[in-house]
Amino acid sequence: MLYNVFIDPFVQMAGAPDLLVQALWEGLVSGVLYALIALGFVLIFKASGVFNFAQGIMVVFSALTLVGLYEKFAAFGFSGHLAAYVALALAAVVMFVLAVVIERVVLRPLVNQPDIILFMATFGITYVLIGLGEMVFGGDPKQMIADELFLPGGSIDVEMLGGFVSFQKIDIAATVIASVMIAGLAVFFQKTRIGRALRAVADSHKAALSVGISLNQIWAIVWFAAGLVALVTGIMWGARSNVSFALEIVALKALPVLVLGGLTSVPGAIVGGLIVGIGEKLGEFYWGPLLGGGIESWFAYVIALLFLLYRPQGLFGDKIIERI
Amino acid sequence: MSGASETLLSVEGVSLSFGGVKAISGVSFDIRKGEIRAIIGPNGAGKTSMLNVINGFYHPNQGRITYKGQTRSRMRPYRAASQGIARTFQNVALFRGMTTLDNIMVGRTLKMQRGLFWQMLRFGPAMREEIEHRRAVEDIIDFLQIEQIRKTPVGRLPYGLQKRVELGRALAMEPDLLLLDEPMAGMNIEEKEDMCRYILDVNKEFGTTIALIEHDIGVVMDLSDRVVVLEYGHKIADGTPDAVKSDSKVIEAYLGVAHQDDKASGPAREVAA
Repeated sequence: MLYNVFIDPFVQMAGAPDLLVQALWEGLVSGVLYALIALGFVLIFKASGVFNFAQGIMVVFSALTLVGLYEKFAAFGFSGHLAAYVALALAAVVMFVLAVVIERVVLRPLVNQPDIILFMATFGITYVLIGLGEMVFGGDPKQMIADELFLPGGSIDVEMLGGFVSFQKIDIAATVIASVMIAGLAVFFQKTRIGRALRAVADSHKAALSVGISLNQIWAIVWFAAGLVALVTGIMWGARSNVSFALEIVALKALPVLVLGGLTSVPGAIVGGLIVGIGEKLGEFYWGPLLGGGIESWFAYVIALLFLLYRPQGLFGDKIIERI
Repeated sequence: MSGASETLLSVEGVSLSFGGVKAISGVSFDIRKGEIRAIIGPNGAGKTSMLNVINGFYHPNQGRITYKGQTRSRMRPYRAASQGIARTFQNVALFRGMTTLDNIMVGRTLKMQRGLFWQMLRFGPAMREEIEHRRAVEDIIDFLQIEQIRKTPVGRLPYGLQKRVELGRALAMEPDLLLLDEPMAGMNIEEKEDMCRYILDVNKEFGTTIALIEHDIGVVMDLSDRVVVLEYGHKIADGTPDAVKSDSKVIEAYLGVAHQDDKASGPAREVAA
């Protein structure tokens, strides 16, 4: 038994390195996508202290808007690459409008209320978005318009380490786009006036107000940023499977990622996402058979539980020391 | 000290209460252009509340605020900042995770105009603007002699330097009226002397009007042109430092009268100091 748990998996890894690479790669890709979802949570939490339960549904809603708009265009005979990109731009506009509306209608009236009230309000946003999405675009699963957006299909098989490792082109594209977006956000946060203002608001509301930063404007901007991140995530997830409300379950995987990385840390979200993604794939490949398989769906939560017990602030989060 | 006598800001009959607690009751005073105006009083007198009313953090229940000739029943933080009111806080409110440079750059936020679109592109107009404002910030850093901590996250700086960075951030707004809430609290003698010099320099060189709260009576007497004294939310004296110092109500507030023996022993020590 001990042999099976502690020795045998590593023997298998050493015995078939090509399989190990394959598992690591697949873990990396889903890790990147988890990280993107977690990033959306962190952006909003840092700037406004709101834990946005609706982030998962924003991923679905934005992807659904994109595909739904494209279908509506296609119904009028306007299809192809141009139509896809028009739909993409419009989907971004929809996320912008959504951010402004949420700031006006939900956040502004509830300012200075206890955190739990704002948290509950994001539950409300979740159900409004589900209802709105179903009403406008229908509730049935849709195919992501990957080809129309010039996202590559198929795979590249590379011969290495005595076997073949298969890289899906869409996964490569997802990893590259996600990395570029994270790098872009990092530069935006570090080097621009609005980025600085966002960080300032995250550090101290009082001081930010005193230099004339408008909290309302900043909140709308972070929700828009989180919406854009959700849109990109939605496209990537959608291209790997399809676009349906079932995606929300996957989005919930961001919660263990946040526990790992810490709620307030962008690097934490990225590292946490990768740990969960790679961890659950390796677990599934090598330890799954011991338990009859299917551990992928709960592995992340077990890691999160361990972290909650021994390091509740996460890897990079702020340790909260309260004075009593 | 100051020759100009034009009124920059006046508050008239301002009252502020939190539930049943009256923080300020019917206080009126004015701040003239170019002067250094001190607000003093024992703990809980409503000094910080008054600053919060002036820059719009608190909205008074009664009274009017006239700033630059415009009369309002209350200020808003954004409006106060955009019309040239800057401030520092009693317990330093900096952006702790950010560097000194970034903290002071945030003070330029309102001076920078390029919108979200250009900011996202970053290059071009937004970049030129960034460079221009960086220059102004470097001047402030030189002025306050904090070149060596330019890139240090402010959370790691000693308290005295944090206070100086906070002053820098306020100066970056190029304010017409600078509100300083206990700028020298918790400092040692040398730091206090430095801070006094900066305050006087700001007032002389940039012509900035300053309103400051301070407990160190010696500092107040040296720095300020006029002093307003609050106690339990009421104004009890207003005038030149010398006049205020010899006012019987002020002496009573700080030293207590004979039969209230232990009430004001704390502030009394500060008067002596």
